[in-house]
Amino acid sequence: MLYSDKVMDHFMNPRNVGKIDDADGVGEVGNAKCGDIMKVYIKVDNDIITDVKFNTFGCASAIATSSIATEMIKGKPISEALKLTNKAVVEALDGLPPVKIHCSVLAEEAVKAAIADYYKKIGKEPDPEIFSCTGCCESCGAEGAHSH
Amino acid sequence: MLIYADNAATTAVSKKALEAMLPYFTEHYGNASSIHRVGQEANKALQQARAEIAAILGAEPKELIFTSGGSESDNQAIISAALQGAKKGKKHIISSKIEHHAVLHVLDKLEKEGYDITLLDVSPEGLVSPESVEKAIREDTALVTIMFANNEIGTIEPIKEIGEICRKHGVIFHTDAVQAVGHVPINVKEMNIDMLSFSAHKFHGPKGIGGLYVRKGIRLLPLIEGGAQERGLRAGTENVAAVVGMAAALKEQVENMEKNAEKLTKMRDRLIDSILKEVPRVRLNGDRVKRLPGNVNFCFEGIEGEALLLMLDNLGICGSSGSACTSGSLDPSHVLLAIGLPHEIAHGSLRLTFSEYNTEEEIDYIIKVIPQVVKRLRDMSPMWERIVKEEA
Ligand SMILES: Cc1ncc(COP(=O)(O)O)c(C=O)c1O
Repeated sequence: MLYSDKVMDHFMNPRNVGKIDDADGVGEVGNAKCGDIMKVYIKVDNDIITDVKFNTFGCASAIATSSIATEMIKGKPISEALKLTNKAVVEALDGLPPVKIHCSVLAEEAVKAAIADYYKKIGKEPDPEIFSCTGCCESCGAEGAHSH
Repeated sequence: MLIYADNAATTAVSKKALEAMLPYFTEHYGNASSIHRVGQEANKALQQARAEIAAILGAEPKELIFTSGGSESDNQAIISAALQGAKKGKKHIISSKIEHHAVLHVLDKLEKEGYDITLLDVSPEGLVSPESVEKAIREDTALVTIMFANNEIGTIEPIKEIGEICRKHGVIFHTDAVQAVGHVPINVKEMNIDMLSFSAHKFHGPKGIGGLYVRKGIRLLPLIEGGAQERGLRAGTENVAAVVGMAAALKEQVENMEKNAEKLTKMRDRLIDSILKEVPRVRLNGDRVKRLPGNVNFCFEGIEGEALLLMLDNLGICGSSGSACTSGSLDPSHVLLAIGLPHEIAHGSLRLTFSEYNTEEEIDYIIKVIPQVVKRLRDMSPMWERIVKEEA
């Protein structure tokens, strides 16, 4: 099998799929040309991510990384969610094939994009260190990897 | 339920082919070059298989060499024509943008070595126009190589007409017929073909065996040097069992060609009609009529092919896709891009290729499952959301 059981589980039974109509933050990363777009919606209460949903266009690992990333930040304080790394996502999925690592980067960036959007809404200046583009889609060489 | 719908990738070995092969592993295991009776037994089988396959293609036995398959045949045909062309100052080769990598990568290499390569555009259906071939022919054209039928979208090219043009201009014409042999009628003489590649595992023969037809009068150079097998054109102890299996498979396939094509075309068209009717924003890739009987290729907007494949696999349907994630590169299939599809649509491709072993019940199941799986993926796709919004 191409993927670990964990990846297949999160792909076949993705957690937190959907949208939040009155979301406090929405982040979208990736682009159609590269073949993956992730959109993450968060609800924030008292600095805690009380709810999170995602929509993803992409391959099985794109869907699986989105799913597990939402699981990893749900119920967590924002400060903790910001510490989510793509490496942690890969580990939580028991590994990804090398060509799919960019999906985990995308998942990390989708979470950060949603938080950045939330910060914007409450008028807080995002830390450029945390929110700088890591070039998730650099591999495809296409135009701007982000479209927040 | 397990539905194998990836027959363009490879096929199951037929019972007849397998039975024909078995004695050549344990009883007639001789080296066809040995002069003793065990060797001669093997040699006899080899020559008989050659005669049978040649007759099916409308060729002479002497015009056929056995190789390890389609890739090797393509490599040898092209490199041989290129090297001999260069001796006469001819270093121009014409091909198309939708060829298999076994052709395109050889051409890439030749280009780096100073050859001039023209890759013809194809129509939105994937057709190479004979006129475009004629226009591209120059004084220094050494070879035209155009595939008989495309492995992804199933389009069947106007090979006879292209061959006629090449003949008229005295240019060697090679065709990669790996997807066509055993599936559609082929006669190398009537179709003006100078060289033709084929591969057994695409018509219920074993893997790792194939052949190259080379018309009498056209010189072929060996790719693999060594012993004098295949009249010095392909060194290496012949895989007699595989050759025997290939001949048996092809014979069976050609005997049933009409019947199989009729059955497959009916199944194919029912599937195409149903999906086009049931699923919004889907397109059929390839020509509707000039198409391999067992080939179906769709693009579903708003979803990605690998995810679709894995969900179908989970439901027992084995297909393939030309999405970047499945092509092993960063871009979706060059064939889908060459027929003019934008990247985002090409990512959502699904190829299902059938053989006569598939059944109408399997088609029923596929027709039922595909719309559900497509909907499931679209329901979680932000791209689909955008498409729907733009439509409203
Ligand atoms: C059109 C075409 N050419 C060449 C090949 C390569 O054939 P083989 O796998 O026998 O090397 C294939 C199959 O993969 C094919 O579909």
